[in-house]
Amino acid sequence: MVGRFRWAAMFPDEVWEHVFSFLTSDADRNAAALVCRNWNRIERRSRKRVFVGNCYSVAPTVAVRLFPEVRAAVIKGKPHFADFNLVPSDWGGGAEAWVEAMAEGWPNLEELRFKRMVVSDDCLDLIARSFKNFKVLSLVSCDGFSTSGLAAIAANCRNLRELNLRESEVEETCLNWISHFPESCTSLVALDIACLEGEVNASILERLISRCSNIMTLRLNHSVPLERLVGLLQRAPQLMDLGTGKFSARHNPQLFSRLESAIAGCKNLRNLSGFWEPGLTYLPAVYSICEGLTSLNLNYATIQNPELVKLISRCKNLRRLLVMDLIEDSGLVAVASSCKLLQELRVFPSDPYDAAEPVSLTEQGLVAVSAGCPMLHSVLYFCRQMTNAALLTVAKNRPNLTCFRLCIIEPRTPDYVTQEPLDTGFSAIVESCKDLRRLSVSGLLTDLVFKSIGASANYLEMLSIAFAGDGDMGLHYILSGCKNLRKLEIRDCPFGDKPLLQNASKLETMRSLWMSSCSVTLGACRQLARAMPRLNVEVINESGRGPLVAQPDNCPVEKLYIYRTIAGPRTDTPQCVWTI
Amino acid sequence: MAEEKKPLDWNTAEEKKLELRLGLPGEGEDWSPSPEKGKKFTPLEASLSLGHVSKVPRSNNFTASPATKREAFQQPKQLEFMQLQKAKEKACDGLLQNSSHASRIAATPVVGWPPIRSFRKNLAGAPQLSTESPNESSKAAKKPENERKSLFVKINMDGIPIGRKVDIKAYDSYDKLSLAVDELFQGLMAAQMDPLALGTPKISQEKQVITGLLDGTGEFTLAYEDNEGDRMLVGDVPWDMFVFTAKRLRVLKSSNLSTSSLGAVSRKRSNGS
Repeated sequence: MVGRFRWAAMFPDEVWEHVFSFLTSDADRNAAALVCRNWNRIERRSRKRVFVGNCYSVAPTVAVRLFPEVRAAVIKGKPHFADFNLVPSDWGGGAEAWVEAMAEGWPNLEELRFKRMVVSDDCLDLIARSFKNFKVLSLVSCDGFSTSGLAAIAANCRNLRELNLRESEVEETCLNWISHFPESCTSLVALDIACLEGEVNASILERLISRCSNIMTLRLNHSVPLERLVGLLQRAPQLMDLGTGKFSARHNPQLFSRLESAIAGCKNLRNLSGFWEPGLTYLPAVYSICEGLTSLNLNYATIQNPELVKLISRCKNLRRLLVMDLIEDSGLVAVASSCKLLQELRVFPSDPYDAAEPVSLTEQGLVAVSAGCPMLHSVLYFCRQMTNAALLTVAKNRPNLTCFRLCIIEPRTPDYVTQEPLDTGFSAIVESCKDLRRLSVSGLLTDLVFKSIGASANYLEMLSIAFAGDGDMGLHYILSGCKNLRKLEIRDCPFGDKPLLQNASKLETMRSLWMSSCSVTLGACRQLARAMPRLNVEVINESGRGPLVAQPDNCPVEKLYIYRTIAGPRTDTPQCVWTI
Repeated sequence: MAEEKKPLDWNTAEEKKLELRLGLPGEGEDWSPSPEKGKKFTPLEASLSLGHVSKVPRSNNFTASPATKREAFQQPKQLEFMQLQKAKEKACDGLLQNSSHASRIAATPVVGWPPIRSFRKNLAGAPQLSTESPNESSKAAKKPENERKSLFVKINMDGIPIGRKVDIKAYDSYDKLSLAVDELFQGLMAAQMDPLALGTPKISQEKQVITGLLDGTGEFTLAYEDNEGDRMLVGDVPWDMFVFTAKRLRVLKSSNLSTSSLGAVSRKRSNGS
């Protein structure tokens, strides 16, 4: 610190720590840490929350040592395409190293959030025993553990507030793990067990909920029948977030009215989800709370029109809607007129493979919502047809889009009216939506669309490309543009070595790059790895051709994962993964 | 790197577009499957073997492949692909002819596409040829000679709330499958009978062997749901066809069986399946 600010250097560390405590975003704290050595030291020593977007970007022991006062950590593992089975199951993302380091160096850890990590029962056991003030465990899209591990958490984490297992794959080894919550446990605020495949003992759950008077979030799995839902709701009328269990039962007017009044009693309900195996009889039981809902998640609910629209149109205050394409264009038109506060829409395919009897969900539905919902900024849309005209309209209607993910189910589908590529449509999106952070493109696309994206998408952080482009220029446009790109994932595109080598330094400014079924050769990977020591260049070849060391430079690379790291090559690669 | 920002020559790209190439338009990408890969079908293969005509006429302006290096191994790959594909046709013909749903399959049978999570595939009840097993890729790598990949189907048993998954491709006969099912559920049945034995099946229980699954003699019978949603008794069709069409398995109490709920009327087993 120099000149006018010398007085600031006289402040004791505690003052700066206090000042920094008002910086809530990681980005701001990161910026403060770069001002000078003093601030760097003070900031990292007082940092309470740390976010590690790629678990291999830094060694766990180093992270723990650098930030000794961390109370909450978020760690992410596998690349996004692991969700779609493109990443070998033994690729990595194991949590052991992290949990061991944290157990050693962060005894006061309170919150741990893993995403796409492989978490073993041993890890859960270690977590349960190591952190005396542990409050939050969130395992999103994780696997590797069983209900035995959950039993350990339930039994040992005295102050557990949140247990979230969203979209994780859990082995059922311990039948009644819920019973391991001791009678003394009254601290639960959020419990999300919707992903569990096995049966959950509803009586034990009821007793648990009864004694946790602060419970706000309860997301059940399919095994909890409607009859038991009534009891649970009666014991937790303060619920704000409910995921129902099975939403059908034999026709029973008494059950219906009990359910109806139990739900009506939950006056604070804002988020609703679940609806496993839904029947139509009991849907009206939720009508009374629809108007208070801000989030409705029907993404696994196979409800069709007109009941589906009847339900959604009552939700006049909806900010977030996840639904299946059973809603059809007509339903989306109704959404556009009923849900004026809608900010996020996700439409999932009900039958992704069999196009024999497609639902009537087309580009029209998307256009309608873009026109009718002025606050819409996040879209995920699966459909079977699209036109440039529709995309242009969406771009014009909604320049405030921050996330636009369009998936036209058949690869390389052109504009169905003009038969042209969808270049102009997507170009309009990136040119109009100046704050776009996330984009997924699909349909028939040439290199031209990438030229637009590279030039206009200045705030784009994540881009997903599949079955698109003509050649190397496409990738070159992206890598030489898109100033803020963090994550790029590509599959089945004719992108080769040249753009990678020409833009090698760009890769260090990004978190990661995934390329599969493209035209990259081993030689380029070798060159890249040599030139960029702070990148891990991982080649995944599953076809058993033999060790990559012996392969020639022109050997094609099936899957490529490149990420920046200060930890050097990782030591836990399986057989099919080579760090070049 | 001095040549970092030098753009590629567009003219070359244009020229390449007009080149005559083997294969259907649009197959310039590295789609060619090797038998080791997990893909069972690609649209090209399906098209040629089923006479499927793409719903969407493909335009010509995306067959360019300007990088010469890529070209070098792409052309031979095309040839290799055609040969492979013929061999595959022969291998798959038997299966395809048996299935009346080949046309359904031809839609988009690509690994990991559309980009939806495995759970959603189950919901759709769609033919699950892109296997839902996350072990698919690593298993395929270990067995490059044949086309084996796992095919996990759910299996439930009457009276037991917890379902399991079984890899029917791991067996080559009904008898082996029957043994596996017996093993799978023995432990669960024992645990169920003694609630205190939670999660510790090692405590020696009187093992209740599940027999007679296939011939109607046992307390339980093995049934399955096929790709048309019909409930069938296991054992009535040739093993290969069973593997191809079975979507779910169920171990029913023999006393619960009613022939009207099952697709197969006759209980006669095909010999030696």
